[in-house]
Amino acid sequence: MKPKIAVHKFASCDGCQLAFLNAGEDLLTLAGMVDIIHFTEAGPIDEETEVDIAFVEGSITTPADCNRIQRIRKNSRYLLTIGACATAGGLQALRNFANAKEWVASVYAAPEYIQSLATSTPIREHVKVDLELWGCPVSAKQVLRAVHDLLFGVTPKVELDKVCMECKRQRHVCVMVSKNIPCMGPVTRTGCGAICPQVGRGCYACFGPAENSNTGAMGVWLQGLGLMPEAIAKRFLFINSEAPEFRAAGTQWKSK
Amino acid sequence: MSHSFYYMARDQLQALINELRARGYQCIGPQVRDGAIVYDSLADCTQLPRGISEHQSPGRYVLSENNSQRYFSWANGPQAIKPYVFAPRESLWRCEKDNTGQLRFTDLKPAPGPVAIIGVRACDLAALYIQDKHFLQEEKKDPYYLARRQKLFLVAVNCTHAADTCFCASTGDGPRASYGYDIVLSELDDGFLAHGLSDKGLELIKQLSTSPPTETQLQQADEEIQHAARRQTRRLPSRNLKQALFNNLEHPRWEEVAKRCLACGNCTSVCPTCFCHAEDEEPALDGSGSEYFRQWDSCFTQGHSYIHGITIRSTTAQRYRQWLTHKLGSWHDQYGRSGCVGCGRCITWCPVGIDITEEAAAICGENIDA
Repeated sequence: MKPKIAVHKFASCDGCQLAFLNAGEDLLTLAGMVDIIHFTEAGPIDEETEVDIAFVEGSITTPADCNRIQRIRKNSRYLLTIGACATAGGLQALRNFANAKEWVASVYAAPEYIQSLATSTPIREHVKVDLELWGCPVSAKQVLRAVHDLLFGVTPKVELDKVCMECKRQRHVCVMVSKNIPCMGPVTRTGCGAICPQVGRGCYACFGPAENSNTGAMGVWLQGLGLMPEAIAKRFLFINSEAPEFRAAGTQWKSK
Repeated sequence: MSHSFYYMARDQLQALINELRARGYQCIGPQVRDGAIVYDSLADCTQLPRGISEHQSPGRYVLSENNSQRYFSWANGPQAIKPYVFAPRESLWRCEKDNTGQLRFTDLKPAPGPVAIIGVRACDLAALYIQDKHFLQEEKKDPYYLARRQKLFLVAVNCTHAADTCFCASTGDGPRASYGYDIVLSELDDGFLAHGLSDKGLELIKQLSTSPPTETQLQQADEEIQHAARRQTRRLPSRNLKQALFNNLEHPRWEEVAKRCLACGNCTSVCPTCFCHAEDEEPALDGSGSEYFRQWDSCFTQGHSYIHGITIRSTTAQRYRQWLTHKLGSWHDQYGRSGCVGCGRCITWCPVGIDITEEAAAICGENIDA
């Protein structure tokens, strides 16, 4: 019997699910290796059958989400988060630093019909997560490597190094040194392929904090480049604001 | 010395490139890209950074125009020779399962054509000498490095311009190129003095339109190199700092520098002598094969000191200490010299401007000059 997989969606833009749909030929190979039980965006819908690997995209933002993630956990042997929302709250977690109720009231004509939580939280705050794949969005390579490793019974390999390592391997010129562009590469996990420095832009920290990230020195240097404390806070409190390292650094700069 | 120098007008540099290309060399040379001087494929002198100067300081690299006709009135950029011999990432071998379930292994050793790198500096040559010592040790020559190294033709250029971050004069590695090249050029206002060291280099110079240099030209070239040495304000002794560093393994400066250091690995990536790499494999999704590769690693990564469940150096203080004590200390035991050639790249390209000369002096204290 082939292993079963499911791809679940919570509050998110669906971009991480595209890591599967954009996988090209590998998607066909994968379809031959596993049974895809639940993957709404691709067709199959069945949330209740037990699966070997559940991929979870999106963050928890509604009371219904809270219950659904518990059911998914119960039905899954391995639960993997894919992307910034599921792993660190996503962009929508910016509500955690504001008055969510006021926001809802300012957007919707009849806010009483909106049932959303005051916070957007990562999956690990609700259930045990076996592996977290960072990125906004994750890449097909990342997801397929995790599937491969789990199916072959080896500990999945995750990137820990900073974006700078990959940036220099690709021989890009450091945008911070040559152009004074604020770049989050030195505190951000690699995995994207250093795509922003490649086109002369600073890293946006889409892949969350790298191991041993010196967010303190990073913030001080950004200030030296001319960023105001509020702007520095926004660098940390952006896509991965619920990553503990970024949350701590961002909150600190916000209060300055 | 003077008899071995040839004067050639500026246009003869293009003739040199043409000769090299006619002999099958892919020419690599300096050019401006993304706000820095980088090395890339070179077919025409117009690609060279003519009239360009660079200003370097800790964590800062800025280009400017200097209205000169010179191609080489700058010190260095983020990289030079290293990526062309020690590839940032390369596949080593592939393993595939055939129809009968047998594993087949394929060596992916590169078979490069000849490459000529134009415009390398004395510090780059010193660094190449060190990389050779590491990768081409007797009995265990690295075939991937060797394949590229054997195909290299090097046209050096003596430095007439020192960046504020340069300190090759103190390490004894520059600014004059004295070994390891095929041809060395000294740039003058209207042309070059060329000197051939290898037979290939000499033979090539003879194909060019040259004349004997005047005494004034020789003196000027010499004076400009000396000027580049005198301009340097940073220094680091080339002598063995092992004792001075190892006597200070608990110096509070390690923790202090760790507060500033991002542990991003930029210093080791731009260092022309750093040779650490990590090996890993990329398996096919269905398990039908796997490709094994290596890529630049750094003593600033977690993986560098990860051994079966334990990370030996988990803190930045430990990682910075590993880098410095190896580079300036235990390197002498391994390779008979310091691992620093005074190019200053680690100072310039450190995003937070940490200065190796300053850190070494702070840690070694008065022993630095002992």
